Amino acid sequence: MSEQSTPIGSTQGKPAPATPLNPRRRGLIIGASAGLGAELARKLAREGYSLALLARGKDKLDALCLEINSQGGNAHSYAHNVTDFDKVPALLQTIVANLGGLDLVIYVASVNNPPGGIDKFNFENDRAMIEVNLIGAMAWLTPVAEMFQSAKAGQIVGISSVAGDRGRVGNPGYNTSKAGLTTYLEALRNRLTRHGVNVLTVKPGFMKTEMLKAAPGPTPFAIEPSVAADHIVKAMKKRKQVIYTAPIWRWIMLVIQHVPSFIFRRLSF
Amino acid sequence: MSLNLNATFTQLENFGHSLRASSYRIPIKKTDDIYEAFQLAKKLGLKVTARGTGISYNDASLNGGGIVLDMRGMNQIVEWDPASGVVRCESGVTLEQLWQRVEPAGWWPPVVSGTMKTTLGGCLAANIHGKNNFQAGPIGEHVIEFTAMLPTGALVTCAPRKNADLFYAMISGLGMLGVFTSITLKMKRIFSGLIAVDAWPVPTLSRHLNDLREHAPTHDYIVGWLDAFASGNSLGRGQIHGARQLKEGEDPNPKNTESLLNQQLPDRFFGVVPKSMLHFFMKPLMNNVGMGFVNIGRYLLALRAHTFRQSHDEFHFLLDYAPGWERSFGRGGLIQYQSFLPKETAEDAWREMIQCSHRVGLPSYLGVTKRHRPDKFLLTHGVDGFSLALDFKVTDSNRPKLSAMLQEFDRIVLDAGGRFYFAKNSETSAESTRRFLGDAAIAKFKKLKKRCDPQGLLESDLYRRLFT
Repeated sequence: MSEQSTPIGSTQGKPAPATPLNPRRRGLIIGASAGLGAELARKLAREGYSLALLARGKDKLDALCLEINSQGGNAHSYAHNVTDFDKVPALLQTIVANLGGLDLVIYVASVNNPPGGIDKFNFENDRAMIEVNLIGAMAWLTPVAEMFQSAKAGQIVGISSVAGDRGRVGNPGYNTSKAGLTTYLEALRNRLTRHGVNVLTVKPGFMKTEMLKAAPGPTPFAIEPSVAADHIVKAMKKRKQVIYTAPIWRWIMLVIQHVPSFIFRRLSF
Repeated sequence: MSLNLNATFTQLENFGHSLRASSYRIPIKKTDDIYEAFQLAKKLGLKVTARGTGISYNDASLNGGGIVLDMRGMNQIVEWDPASGVVRCESGVTLEQLWQRVEPAGWWPPVVSGTMKTTLGGCLAANIHGKNNFQAGPIGEHVIEFTAMLPTGALVTCAPRKNADLFYAMISGLGMLGVFTSITLKMKRIFSGLIAVDAWPVPTLSRHLNDLREHAPTHDYIVGWLDAFASGNSLGRGQIHGARQLKEGEDPNPKNTESLLNQQLPDRFFGVVPKSMLHFFMKPLMNNVGMGFVNIGRYLLALRAHTFRQSHDEFHFLLDYAPGWERSFGRGGLIQYQSFLPKETAEDAWREMIQCSHRVGLPSYLGVTKRHRPDKFLLTHGVDGFSLALDFKVTDSNRPKLSAMLQEFDRIVLDAGGRFYFAKNSETSAESTRRFLGDAAIAKFKKLKKRCDPQGLLESDLYRRLFT
């Protein structure tokens, strides 16, 4: 299973071809070097996926590939900045060729750059979040959706956020990027379900990752990314459409979404 | 070629529905399309595999993540001479098209597989055999000449005495040296649309193999059914069908029997149940207990030795008799394990294999035996002996056990000097391939590959599994 002929963690070479008795599925995770993306990679590798892992920094990614491949998994790393939109189509084709097909794409890449207070504004930060969280997702999922639509098979998972459910005072740019992503994924779902493609929108609440440090104030119901990864993989298998993780966020957000504006605009979270 | 490649992405399957891989599928209508597809693949750095109707049991026509040339559009019978029986076809022509064209004039394809849905290109790439392998050899021995496009863009024409090295390597070459464009075949004469079939039971494995060998010379075709559930003294029991073509004059009315009207497979069982629904009724039986009973029932029916006449297509195309039957194997699909063994070692090896399958608790639901002889093709599966094909159902839970068992089978077959057939087994490893083909044959094949395909453009999942 793991390749001897190429260095571990390399982007060269192909995983062993699947056979009926060793049916490997092929997955692509964009934003896999840390946190939720890395946990999803570990979990899916154990489930028998051949994986292409993408992130900006190659070092952490290579270490992750090494870890997965040393446990009998099959992962290859690709250094890529999701804001290099023009490079996406060619890179996707290379990845599909190297993986030997494509069954699953997970878009995890996300940045959270708060403006630094509820009375501060920062366009550069907002722009970065829109470019990574939303346009990057569209750059990747456009060709993927086109391929899956044609193949009449495949699964797309987008990691959005509870933050997209309401525009709040703390981080307008982040809220907007995630609201945009949620809506984009919903539209993809409405297009692709009829072609046999499943689109799962994941809305995590707080997770104990690097990104948590950016969150001002308290972080209730924060869960480990490995717990969220378990939850997501379970939802993938059931071909669900939208999940909150931890699940309690569904009810919290239901309430928050219904707080009337004359109250909501006076709140400071 | 202006083409949105993403919109050609297609999930392709093997015959048994046990394997899926997505590829960019490019429809091929003429020879130039192949050239353009090669150029596109070179530009994008993708690998290419030709695919006909995609009904090999394994990954021969799959190329996950690469380009698959859909050859079904090159399906013209270019020249047919009913006087000489020579036919020139494009490579996407199926055996079905071919026999329906030649049979009314009193000819029949010299070698056919158990299904008529195969394309001639696929038949040559795998060098298929039929139930007459022991006397007629594989289909390659009936090819007068063929033309193929190499990945370099060159068109080569090969015949037994012209580019002979390529002729004997491209036939059986798994489509890894070039893509067949045109194939010229010699048909064989028939004097009736009917074929005389003798059916008789064989109570033991040694009788089974003995009868296959002894009765082959007096028949044109011979095939055995083997009850893979039977154990002890009955192990290897089954039924043999030997068929003889009618001689001139034996059929008083050949024009009638050769008419296509007489060659249609019935579309209902007992005149009532549509065959397309068979898999629905079979599904509940597709387990060890159900199929155990089916095999016993089948043997009891076989106990009556009898002789009858049936149409050619009914005799040959058993796999087409109930369309979609492979669906009854369920979600995991089916795989077939076929081994070719010398006549001296076959009995012991198969006894060991069948006993092993009983011990593991994974008996084959269907066993089929044939008589074979060696041939001159480079990657041949031919032996002076027999073949046994065993069908297994794949489920999510039996994969590890089945995989371990087939590895044990490989060991038994290789120790007994046996061979494998590239259209069938899906789990053979590169190491096993090296052992049965021998280093010399593989080196020769790789050298030819380097010559025909210096950039290594042609690659299928099967090639990557077995030769890299």
